[in-house]
Amino acid sequence: MTDLLQTLLNGLAVGSLYALIALGYTMVYGILQFINFAHGDVFMIGAWSAYAVAAALGFTLAGGDPPGWAAVAVLLSSMGICAVLGFFIERFAYRPLRSAPRLNVLITAIGVSLLLQNTGQLRPVFGTQPQSMPALLPDTTLFQVAGVRVGLVDVTVVLLAVAMMVGLQWLVFRTRFGSAMRAVSHDHRIAALMGIRVDTVISFTFVVGSALAAAAGFLFAMKYSGLKQPADATWVLLGLKAFVAAVVGGIGNLQGAMLGGLLIGMVEMLGAAYLSPHLRDLYVFVLLIGVLLFRPTGIMGSTSVEKV
Amino acid sequence: MTASPWAGKAGALRPGTAAAATAGVTPFAVGLLLAAALQYAVGPAVGPFFSDLLIKIGINVILAVSLNVVNGYTGQFSIGHAGFMAVGGYAAGALTYYTSMLAWGGPQVQGGVFGVGSALFVGACLVGGLVAAAAGWAVGLPSLRLRGDYLAIVTLGFGEIVRVLLQQTQDVPFTADEARALSPVEMATHLGGSLGFSGIPFYTNLFWVWCFVTLTLLVAYRLKESTFGRAFLSIRENEIAAEAMGVDTTRYKVRAFVIAAFFAGVAGALFAHKIGTTLNPRELGFMKSFDIVIMVVLGGMGSISGATIAAVLLTVLPEALRGAADYRMIVYALMLVLVMIVRPQGLFGIREIWELPPFARRRGR
Repeated sequence: MTDLLQTLLNGLAVGSLYALIALGYTMVYGILQFINFAHGDVFMIGAWSAYAVAAALGFTLAGGDPPGWAAVAVLLSSMGICAVLGFFIERFAYRPLRSAPRLNVLITAIGVSLLLQNTGQLRPVFGTQPQSMPALLPDTTLFQVAGVRVGLVDVTVVLLAVAMMVGLQWLVFRTRFGSAMRAVSHDHRIAALMGIRVDTVISFTFVVGSALAAAAGFLFAMKYSGLKQPADATWVLLGLKAFVAAVVGGIGNLQGAMLGGLLIGMVEMLGAAYLSPHLRDLYVFVLLIGVLLFRPTGIMGSTSVEKV
Repeated sequence: MTASPWAGKAGALRPGTAAAATAGVTPFAVGLLLAAALQYAVGPAVGPFFSDLLIKIGINVILAVSLNVVNGYTGQFSIGHAGFMAVGGYAAGALTYYTSMLAWGGPQVQGGVFGVGSALFVGACLVGGLVAAAAGWAVGLPSLRLRGDYLAIVTLGFGEIVRVLLQQTQDVPFTADEARALSPVEMATHLGGSLGFSGIPFYTNLFWVWCFVTLTLLVAYRLKESTFGRAFLSIRENEIAAEAMGVDTTRYKVRAFVIAAFFAGVAGALFAHKIGTTLNPRELGFMKSFDIVIMVVLGGMGSISGATIAAVLLTVLPEALRGAADYRMIVYALMLVLVMIVRPQGLFGIREIWELPPFARRRGR
C-alpha cells in the first residue's frame, strides 16, 4: 500500500511535468501542424538556465538555506529566458518556412534542436559538466499519508503545474487573444481575413509554450537535482516522452495533453515499480503504439475525414 | 496495326532480346569493377583513414537511398530507419559471431575478400536485411493505414523500443566454450546490452560495401522507372487520386517500407562488421535516424542522385569540421537550418542530377 501510494505520487509529479511540456508541443501542432522537435531542448535550456541563475545569485549546494524569494526569482527568470528564446526560434527558423512543406519545417526543428544542445555545451554557456541544482525549496515534510512522505517539493511541482494549466485554459478559452489563437489554429487564411494578426498569434504561442517548458525545466531541476550535460540523450528522451504524451492525449487538444502527460507519468512509474525498472522507456512507447493503432487521433482527439 | 506508344521511343528495350539482357547486366558489372577498383587500387593508395571514410560513405548512401524509397518516392514520413539498421546489424553480427565461435572457435576473420568467412558475412548481410524487412512488415502493416505524421511517430516509437530491448540483452560470451554452452534462443538474448556488442569480426571492406551500394542504387533506380515504382510516386503526389485510379495504397506503402527496411538491415550488417565498431544501441537511436532523414531531405525527395550526393556530403562534412572542435555541431546545425530556408526543395528537388540543366539533353517529346 505504501509502495503503491509512493509510486502514484511519483507518477503524479512526473506526469505533471510531462503535461507541462506536452502543452507546448500540442499548442504548436494545433496552430502550425508540425512537430516542434526543438521543444524538448527548450525544456532543457529551462532547467539549465534555472541552475545558471541560481548560481549567479550565489545559491550553491553548500550555501545554506536560500531565502523564500529565491525559487520565485529563479523560476521567473528561467521562464523569461525561454520565452525570449522561443520568440527568436519562431522568428528566425520557422517563420521563413511558413509556406514550405511540413517536412522542411520538421528538419529545421531538428536543426534548431541540435543547435540548442550544442550551444548549451559551450564553455561560456553551460559547459559539458553535469551539475547539481541547489535546493531552493526547503526539504520539509508537509504531511504523511499511510507512511508516504509528501514533501514541499512534490506539492509545489503538482500545484504549480496545475496552476499553469488552469491559467492556459483561461487564456485560450476565456480571453480575446485566446479566441484569436483558436481561430488561427482552425484556418490561417480565414483568420487573417477576419483581421487577426496571424504572425503575432504564432509568436505568442511559441512564447507561452516555451515559458511553460521552462517552468517544467525548473520543476524538474527542483525534483531531480542532478542535471546531465546539455547534449545528453536523456533530455531528448524526456522531450520525446512529453511529445508522446501529447499524441496519446490527442495532439492539438489542450486537455488531451494534460491527460496524456499524467497517463504517461503513471504508466512509466507503475511499470518501473512493478514490472522492471530497466524497461521504463519501453512502456511509454508501447503505450504510444497501442493508442495509435486503436485510436489514431489519441484519447481526446477528433477524427476528420479527408476530402478531395 | 496501331503503333504502340513506346514504338518510336529511343532506348526502349524489348524484353527477351540480347540488348535488354546486356542492359540489365552492364550496370552490375560496372559496379563490381568499381568496387574492386576501390578495394585494390584506391583503398591501399589513400590509407586506412580515408578507406574507413569511403566505407562510411557507402553505408550512408545505402541508408539514404533506401529511406528515399519511403520518404521520397512514396511521400511517407519514417523516422525510425536506424531501428531497422539496428535490427539488421544485430541479426547479422550475432550470426557471424556465434557461427565463427562454433565453427572456428573464435571470432577471427577467416580467409580474404572472397574467403569462406566472407561468404558467411555476405550471407549474414542478406539475413540481416531479411530480418529487418520482416520487422518492417510487422511495423508497417498496422501503422501505414495511418496518414502523415502518425507514421513518423510510430516509427520513432519503434526505433526506441528496439533500442531499449537491445540494451537489456546480456553480455556476449568471450570464449568458444561459453558460446557452445548457449542454446540458439539464449544466443539471441546475449547481444552485449548497453555496453555494446564487441568482438564481431571485421569483414566489412570497400569491395563488399560498394557491391551493396551498387545493388541499392540499381534497385532504387529500376524501382523508380517501373510500373511498381510509379505506384509509389502516385501515392506521394496525391494519395486520394492514386486510390481512385486503383492503386492499393496501403499495400504499396507497406511494400515500399519493407524494401527500405531490407536495405537498412543490410547497411546495419555492414556497419556491424566495420573495423572499430562496437555495436551499441545508443548509437543507432533517433539521432542516427534523423541524420538519414536529413540526407534524404537535403538531396531532394525522391532523387536518387540527390540522396547519394547528400549522403556523401553529410558524411564528409562532420569529419572536415573536426578541426573546429566545439563549434562543429553548431556549424552543422546552422547549415541545416539555412539550407532548409534557402533551398527548401533540397539540392535537386524531385529530379535526378542528369535531368538538370548542365547535364540534361534534349529528349524527343
